[in-house]
Amino acid sequence: MKHAVEFDRVRRSYGAVNAVDDVNLAIREGEFFSMLGPSGSGKTTCLRLIAGFELPSSGRVLIDGVDASRLPPFERNVNTVFQDYALFPTMNVLENVAYPLMIKGVAKRERYARAEEALAMVALDGFAARKPGQLSGGQRQRVALARALVGRPRVLLLDEPLGALDLKLREQMQGELKALQRQLGITFVFVTHDQSEALSMSDRVAVFARGRIEQVDTPQALYSQPASRFVADFVGTSNVVDGALAETLTGRRGAFAIRPERIRLGRFDGAISVRGVVREVAFLGPVNRVDVEVAGRYLSAQLPSFSLQMPEVGTEVELAWERDAAHWLPEAA
Amino acid sequence: MSSMAISPTSPAPRTSLARRVSALLYRRTTLALLLLLTPPLLWFGVVYLGSLLTLIAQSFYTFDDFSMQVTPEWTLANYRALLDAANLDIVLRTVSMALAVSAMSALLAFPLAYYMARYAKGSEKAFFYVAVMLPMWASYLVKVYAWTVLLAKGGISWWLIDKLGLTPLYEWMLTLPGIGGSTLSTSNFGRFWVFVYIWLPFMILPIQAALERIPDNLLAASSDLGARPWQTFVHIILPMAVPGVVAGSIFTFSLTLGDYIIPQLIGPSGFYIGNMVYSMQGSVGNMPMAAAFTVVPIVLIGVYLTLAKRTGAFDAL
Repeated sequence: MKHAVEFDRVRRSYGAVNAVDDVNLAIREGEFFSMLGPSGSGKTTCLRLIAGFELPSSGRVLIDGVDASRLPPFERNVNTVFQDYALFPTMNVLENVAYPLMIKGVAKRERYARAEEALAMVALDGFAARKPGQLSGGQRQRVALARALVGRPRVLLLDEPLGALDLKLREQMQGELKALQRQLGITFVFVTHDQSEALSMSDRVAVFARGRIEQVDTPQALYSQPASRFVADFVGTSNVVDGALAETLTGRRGAFAIRPERIRLGRFDGAISVRGVVREVAFLGPVNRVDVEVAGRYLSAQLPSFSLQMPEVGTEVELAWERDAAHWLPEAA
Repeated sequence: MSSMAISPTSPAPRTSLARRVSALLYRRTTLALLLLLTPPLLWFGVVYLGSLLTLIAQSFYTFDDFSMQVTPEWTLANYRALLDAANLDIVLRTVSMALAVSAMSALLAFPLAYYMARYAKGSEKAFFYVAVMLPMWASYLVKVYAWTVLLAKGGISWWLIDKLGLTPLYEWMLTLPGIGGSTLSTSNFGRFWVFVYIWLPFMILPIQAALERIPDNLLAASSDLGARPWQTFVHIILPMAVPGVVAGSIFTFSLTLGDYIIPQLIGPSGFYIGNMVYSMQGSVGNMPMAAAFTVVPIVLIGVYLTLAKRTGAFDAL
């Protein structure tokens, strides 16, 4: 199967620092692929390597099965939606969107017609004559999207495009982006540090840490079977239990992760249970987070806030979870 | 943990005058602004605008050729006189020189400004700033006099041209009407280069500032969307540099229009607007005519700015 984008042992170093370190990656055609990681993890550098703003220090970047490692950005059939939108302030909205067509030499009438079409696609018809400075953040975002899509690229790169929007607008744009991707069938590569965004939109997610990929998987697999302690902790929240406590509780050596929502109060048949002292109760809306100190470490439980009487801080409680709720982490390499 | 509690250490409330004034100015920002802005606004309003308006008013006064007296009687005679062949000649000579100087300055300044804005970093950038501004620290007169020597027959320029084997070209150029002359220092060509030399820093700095404001992301976006470097230059960089070029050309244009030293010392005979103003208000004492001449650059710059604004040059500011 041909891949939209492929990384073959790609390394990008700045002096002695490897921003991207020996990354292998295959992004399938037509998928919504997210690159998730904290800042400085190499995800944005990977995006810039696909766009051509950075060139690999070693290894190859293939686009559409062709080695593009040395191609400049303007020779790659890949377009980017920038974090700060990067709209051209001297041009109005229509000219911005028509820009890639003008560069390709598309006749004026046709390029404006296609730009209008792209604007309609992002629900911005009627804004053609405005200047970027007269638009709100969300509208600028849509213009940037229309501009990047008007030339029908093979791959659309999105560099934390929703970061500057407020929560409601962000959630709305997430839905629209996903719908647009399904409708156009273009491969989307989406960079974000927001794990809930990556989980809710993507077909597959690559989790980055320190310039390397920790895991590439579907959101469900990422959540239920994290491949490392880092992934368990970064994607959602996890209680990682290891050492003596893990062994006393389960009789097995190693480390396991348990999601806070799998932990309950009380004692159940066939469940693992442990006693501890409540140190903090935080109301989060739909759930309460209860932090319990167990043998010198903290375990977080999430309890639905509508039904239960929350325990008092300082009281002793019993925590319990099903045996199969614990996910054993592979030994650290 | 709570042993680190912050104990309130508020001193006994004193109501000194200074404190009350500070509090008042903090609450009433308009009052503070008013206090800050009144002196410069007064200065600007009275000294700059006041003198300018007086000047414009005087350009409508009557000058009596016989008694050499100025009387405050309104007349358009001075402006009519501007259209006399001799005076119109002066205006056109000055304006065409100012246009040529501005155009050449922009051409020369752009590459340097581009390098300063987008490539030079740290101490290299500081070096360029100093290098561009250093000539402005030296006396204008000294520089212009130096150029008369440099350009004179037998001067350094002469020697250099000879060494480069360009003497035939040079002598041919000196025969061109309107450009040449008996030597470089008495030719319009020489005057043109001295003007360009003197005003070039005023063009470099605004263009540099305009280019520096272009975010890197815009250039990345342009190439991402398929534009080759020259296309990015034409479609993104140039339009965004226009406000800088306009600002710089206002300097070079108006400074050339008003100069009266270079036309005296370098180049062929023939007055510039500046010389005319100088002699009208100095030796002749015809203040109204001098004022009318001064209004010419003001009107020209106004027209130029209006045109530039209409093309959308300032929209991106």
